[in-house]
Amino acid sequence: MAGEAKKVVLDPLFDNNPIALQVLGICSALAVTTKLSTALIMCVALTAVTACSNASISMIRNHVPTNIRIIVQMTIIASLVIVVDQVLKAYAFQTSKELSVFVGLIITNCIVLGRAEAFAMKNPVGPSFLDGIGNGLGYSVILIAVGTIRELFGSGTILGYVIMPLQSNGGWYVPNGMMLLPPSAFFIIGLLIWGLRTWKTAQMEKPEYQIHQVHRTEVM
Amino acid sequence: MEHILSLFIASIFTENLALSFFLGMCTFLAVSKKISTAIGLGAAVIVVQGITVPANNLLYQYLLKDGALAWAGLPEVDLSFLGLICYIGVIAAIVQILEMVLDRYFPALYNALGIFLPLITVNCAILGGTLFMVQRDYDLVESVTYGIGSGVGWALAITALAGVREKLKYSDVPDGLQGLGITFITAGLMSLGFMAFSGIQL
Repeated sequence: MAGEAKKVVLDPLFDNNPIALQVLGICSALAVTTKLSTALIMCVALTAVTACSNASISMIRNHVPTNIRIIVQMTIIASLVIVVDQVLKAYAFQTSKELSVFVGLIITNCIVLGRAEAFAMKNPVGPSFLDGIGNGLGYSVILIAVGTIRELFGSGTILGYVIMPLQSNGGWYVPNGMMLLPPSAFFIIGLLIWGLRTWKTAQMEKPEYQIHQVHRTEVM
Repeated sequence: MEHILSLFIASIFTENLALSFFLGMCTFLAVSKKISTAIGLGAAVIVVQGITVPANNLLYQYLLKDGALAWAGLPEVDLSFLGLICYIGVIAAIVQILEMVLDRYFPALYNALGIFLPLITVNCAILGGTLFMVQRDYDLVESVTYGIGSGVGWALAITALAGVREKLKYSDVPDGLQGLGITFITAGLMSLGFMAFSGIQL
């Protein structure tokens, strides 16, 4: 049991990462990563929502008629997100302003609904909760990586502490302004996926169209 | 009038939901392999966005906003914390109704959009549009404009990406970058292109 629980939590980190392999929950991964602190808050919020929604959906999974299950799941998720939103507004108002609409968008974050549908509807409460945590962590790994890169190279700081003093403040580092702009997030995630798939070659996708290279040697 | 026009242009180009706010990314990356399906999905998003944003605007103005229940004799009630659950309910309901109406009266259109309509409920671009409308406090006319404009912008972006990807499959991409990786890089380059619009002011 302990081994299985560990597998459920650790699998989504690299082997079955929600962002890099399952293509879930990309929107917020791109939008909230300009600063590491907002990315961290977003990770905590999403992990909490996924774990709690997985647990509660798994609890009632045998009582929900299949044709209305999506509505039920949506209602549970929306209620949990409202709780998170209110907590953030009460205790971290500044960050909740920076996250703006993206806290609300956890509702439509495909990770939450995707895991509810794929895992929580079929498994008991304990494993479902762990699966929620695991997928939340898998999401967090990518978010933290992107957030660190963008904040470090975009403004020379990590979590607001100066790592590389900017030239405008008498230091030596000329910030890369593109890191603060939206397109850089696409490039960083694209490159992260490249790295991950070079490491875990099983995740590579087959090209749809390929010129037969064998052919050339045959002719020769 | 000029204000409305400028809002419309801004919501299509400078504030493109897909390429500058990253909304609806999951479908944006997953359903952009062929131009024809991308156009179908884009059309569905324009329609749904054009209906849900104004509908949620009415809901917000007359039921949820702080003091909005004054007409019912309850001026001190603030229901705005219920916003999220109401918006998603409205979106799910409207998508369902739209599906039934299209099925009954416009079967050709229904068959064209068919499989995409249910997907749209969980498309963050739709909920995102509504949340931006609430955050920026648009009135009814503005929210109709914003709804249609942002839908058009999203449709434009996904069609363009599908066009690029149709050509891209003939190119020699490194193994690990194949598929999702190269799509991200392409979307990044497109997003750079769309940033060129950010200087436009009407």
